[in-house]
Amino acid sequence: MKNLEPVLIELKDLTKTYGNGDAAFQALKGIDLKIAKGEFVSIMGPSGSGKSTLMNLLGCLDRPTSGSYLYDGIAVENLDSVQLSLLRRFALGFIFQGFNLLARTSAIENVELPLLYRGIKRAKRKEMARDALAQVGLHDKERNTPAELSGGQQQRVAIARAIVTNPSTLFADEPTGNLDTETTGEIMDLLTRLNDDRGITILMVTHEDDVAAYAKRTVRVIDGLVYTDSIHSELTAL
Amino acid sequence: MIIMLGNAFFIALREIRRNLTRAFLTVLGVIIGVSAVVTMVTLGDGTTQAVKNQISDLGSNLMMVRPGSGFGPRARTAGVPNFTEADVDAIRDQVAGVAAIAPVRKASLSTIYLQAARNTQITGSTEDYFSINKWTLSAGRFFSESESRTGQAVAVIGDTVKTELFGSEDPLGQKIRVGQASLQVIGVLKAKGQAGMGDQDDTIVVPLTTMQRRLGGRTSGRDISEISISAEEGYDSDTLISDISSLLRQRRNLQSNQDDDFNVFDTRQIAETLSSSTELMTMLLSAVAAVSLLVGGIGIMNIMLVSVTERTREIGIRLAIGATAKEVLWQFLVEALTLSCVGGIVGIGLAFAFCSLLAPLIQIPFAFNAQINLIAFFFSALVGIVFGFAPARRASRLDPIDALRHE
Repeated sequence: MKNLEPVLIELKDLTKTYGNGDAAFQALKGIDLKIAKGEFVSIMGPSGSGKSTLMNLLGCLDRPTSGSYLYDGIAVENLDSVQLSLLRRFALGFIFQGFNLLARTSAIENVELPLLYRGIKRAKRKEMARDALAQVGLHDKERNTPAELSGGQQQRVAIARAIVTNPSTLFADEPTGNLDTETTGEIMDLLTRLNDDRGITILMVTHEDDVAAYAKRTVRVIDGLVYTDSIHSELTAL
Repeated sequence: MIIMLGNAFFIALREIRRNLTRAFLTVLGVIIGVSAVVTMVTLGDGTTQAVKNQISDLGSNLMMVRPGSGFGPRARTAGVPNFTEADVDAIRDQVAGVAAIAPVRKASLSTIYLQAARNTQITGSTEDYFSINKWTLSAGRFFSESESRTGQAVAVIGDTVKTELFGSEDPLGQKIRVGQASLQVIGVLKAKGQAGMGDQDDTIVVPLTTMQRRLGGRTSGRDISEISISAEEGYDSDTLISDISSLLRQRRNLQSNQDDDFNVFDTRQIAETLSSSTELMTMLLSAVAAVSLLVGGIGIMNIMLVSVTERTREIGIRLAIGATAKEVLWQFLVEALTLSCVGGIVGIGLAFAFCSLLAPLIQIPFAFNAQINLIAFFFSALVGIVFGFAPARRASRLDPIDALRHE
């Protein structure tokens, strides 16, 4: 049934090699993957499996060594670094394990940051940032700096920063890696809601099964290749 | 492009406001560097200027003859005989190009008027002394040729002596006690001002004969410690110097293998010696100042390097959320430029304040030197920009992911 949605991401025989000569290391050995609009996919795999490399390529933070990557019909492998930046600016959102908020910067200014690069006027910017903070349940913490927020709250600010631009895809790199179980649940519920209510496609790297269980599809990567690709509803149906 | 620059400005200023401590420390480095260099060089220039003014006050045709060899700090005068009045007459009569000549005898004596007392340099000379040394009067008169010849008990006092002994009282016609004698004040000299050579106005000029007869201390005919000469206008001073020298060598019975035991020099030589020493001082000051500029630069560098981890991560965040490398670089450039310029301007302002405060205090003219202001400003701005910008340039070339993971 997911196949009815238009394809957003299509990878064909994607490889990534680091270094060259004898020291060369092939992190990805030929990935084929299709992801439709509105999916919530977790990418799993042991350390060194290439899942982070895959994530960086999917997030247009890095370029493949060979193979093709179509994002919404755009051939990403042919883009230069400025075009990659613009694609990230207008279509993608990121959250990280380490939150990566600007230090000594209030929550609302952190959330405003992507809007600044989009050249949005001040009043509109404030409004959009407030709106995004409200969506993650932090409307009363706009003035707080990261140091004055708990880990879960910081990750929410990061999520607000990622969704303030209305991205079509949200990339989450171990989003709960630094959080306790209870906070993990809250953050994952928030991501699920964004996926359900706003139809944002979410790609999430994790190594925890219970976190991956929030997603609707799990892609396991081992040794630079897709090992299994399973849709959860079918799994439970079986 | 315009929007991008405007944005870079906005983001850079926001970033400065957010890191005021870091910004302050960076700016401090520039301020110290710029203000130190500008202050030192400006004061050095002022000193040189002061010395030059003073020398030009002496006039261009003044010459002096003193016993001893060498001039200034290297002079050797111990045990060298003084001149006689006959020496002075011989020069006046035998050397061509001498317009006026005056023997000078100096002594430091206590000077008393009513309750006021002080030690003052007493100069005994003839009436020509005043015109040769370009003294003018502010009140009264110089002593005459006959007063000089007959050794009348008269004195012409300098401006400092007038102020110290008489205050606001009119000194003319009053009697002052100098050493053992009582002298009548007949004139007050116009102030020449402070200078590198000490207070020229702390002086009393009396006729040489008066000094010899009334102020005592005369043990022989060789009591002339200096001869003041003014050359005829346009007369070659080198010829004059060598003529005086050979006459004096002959009169002092020097053999051809002996060096001169006296010195003949003109204002040009004094000027050269003094300028070379003030220039040396300016150079030393500049060297010290250059070091502070360097230290300021190192301060800037340290602050920038210390914050590089945090800044690299910041760059990673900005790149990940869609800033282009160029936009990030512009932000950092604007930041570095703003801090450097603010520091430079404050530094120059501070130096201006220091100089206008210190220059009157050490009695030198305040010579504003635009060149050194510009050099100091651009040097520290350059340091600020290079060290603010170089780490940013490196970081913006990293993959966003590497920048984010930077430890």
